[in-house]
Amino acid sequence: MTATLAVEGLKVAIGAANVLRGVSLALQPGEVRGLVGESGAGKSMLGRAVLGLLPANATIISGHIAFEGRDLLDMRETERRGLLGRRIALIPQDPMTSLNPVKRVGAQIGSLLRHHLGLSKRAALTRATELLTEVAIREPDRVLSLYPHEISGGMRQRVLIAMAFACDPGLVIADEPTTALDVTVQRQVLQLVERLRRRHGSAVLFVTHDLGVVAKICRSMTVLHAGRVLEEGQTADVLARPRHPYTRALLAATPRADRPAEALRPVPPALIEQLWSEAHRLDQPAIAGPA
Amino acid sequence: MAELALASPVARQSRLLAGLKRGGARLWIGAALVAVLVLAALLAPAIAPHDPLEQDLMSAQLPPAWMVGGDPAYLLGTDSLGRCVLSRLIYSARTAVAVALIAATLAALIGVALGLFAGSFGGWVDQLISRLIDVWMAFPPVLLSIVLAAVIGAGLTSVIAAIVVVDWTRFARVVRAETMVQLTRDYAAAARVIGMSRAKLLRLEILPNLVPLLVTLLAVEMGIAILVEVILSFVGISVSGDTPTWGSMIAEGRQIVYQAPWIMALPIVCIITSVIGLNLLGDGLRLALDPVQRS
Repeated sequence: MTATLAVEGLKVAIGAANVLRGVSLALQPGEVRGLVGESGAGKSMLGRAVLGLLPANATIISGHIAFEGRDLLDMRETERRGLLGRRIALIPQDPMTSLNPVKRVGAQIGSLLRHHLGLSKRAALTRATELLTEVAIREPDRVLSLYPHEISGGMRQRVLIAMAFACDPGLVIADEPTTALDVTVQRQVLQLVERLRRRHGSAVLFVTHDLGVVAKICRSMTVLHAGRVLEEGQTADVLARPRHPYTRALLAATPRADRPAEALRPVPPALIEQLWSEAHRLDQPAIAGPA
Repeated sequence: MAELALASPVARQSRLLAGLKRGGARLWIGAALVAVLVLAALLAPAIAPHDPLEQDLMSAQLPPAWMVGGDPAYLLGTDSLGRCVLSRLIYSARTAVAVALIAATLAALIGVALGLFAGSFGGWVDQLISRLIDVWMAFPPVLLSIVLAAVIGAGLTSVIAAIVVVDWTRFARVVRAETMVQLTRDYAAAARVIGMSRAKLLRLEILPNLVPLLVTLLAVEMGIAILVEVILSFVGISVSGDTPTWGSMIAEGRQIVYQAPWIMALPIVCIITSVIGLNLLGDGLRLALDPVQRS
């Protein structure tokens, strides 16, 4: 069986800084993978590279990204656009700003459906109503006629989730979809993603820095630091027996309800030093090459 | 959570009303002034009391009807050739409205197209268009219009062409900057992630967000177009001499301003109210149209 997503030795640089230093990652169909790491570890960049959303000043130095066996980086632009939104979807980080402020919710879902499925205006609206019902929005018809600023953040995130799963995607990249929401809404959103994923059989790459979220919904996880994969495996294994000291430090930094709060134990400076010097060593060939 | 959000009554039918309310007094006063202007232009033959070209030298330089020596038949008096000032003012509105509508719209079309182009492509395309705008704006606009009108020759078309050629930069500059801003917003990235092409993204996602801005610009531009037409007809290179315009009326009135000041004052009042009306309408519409009500 071909992997849904296969990233191989991906190196991405922004200017002189290497943000991804040879990342490899494989996602099987229907797999839910947590991608964790601290800020700047490159986890969002990886998601953006898959979606073709890298900032203009970023360059892909080497590596491959294949979706269902087809190389996304070699693909023609029109072909890639045909996959985006239909087979590869994104649940964005900030629901407050990810919907077009001057278009009604219905028009936004409708334009997605018409763009990819070629539905008529009326059929798109009917389908949009079904999609909103699927994400447990009451009175979907009314919500379709509202502007984004007229509905709450949680509702907006539901709308975005509905849009992500609208065309039965093979892969959904969830880019920290819960960070902008409060804790109770977070839980509902996670349950929703889990339910829709089962129904549509999509693989999910769940980018987050919240290990609690990973433990809850991801079967496997990948730990990223300074643009490299440090550890990878079944979530239960990694969380119970972290092999890499960085993962251990990351785990220790997670606040827990079942033990009293203690002073925050920072990641040992010596460890960070070591990780960065390793990362630097990995950069050497890239710098020696054509610069 | 969904229930909570829905509990707040956002009545649908009141949205139009709310929009009009946001526009406030500005919207209403502006709309009224512009309506008067447009109606005067459309209905000129029906409402003008006299033929604007009909001369009556026996009753030249009559003051307005309410002043001493005024004639009730000439409500706002007559000019030095005995033509009805009111009728001439009404007929002048036709030229003003035609120029304002056509010139501003054409300038907007060209400016928006180039602005979107520059703002979305960036790189050398942006550099080329931006430098072109810079060079263009270095010329004094009125001087450029006068030169253009003089080169192409007098007439309504050349006035419009002169305004379009000079004023597209106004739109291009603002649209370019706003397109760049909008493209960095998350919704633009989200639209790209659903596989929209650049053209579709600009047309379906970015352009609707520019509408409130464009409405304001368009209204201001119409005011400017009226002013430019006045300037050109004041110096005598606008439409042909037998068509009344506010600018030519000011030019004629200037020569006898000590004997008959109203001949010059009245067209000036018309110009000021038209421009103020257009600006107020633009402002009001921007507030009324913007669903997010950014302030």
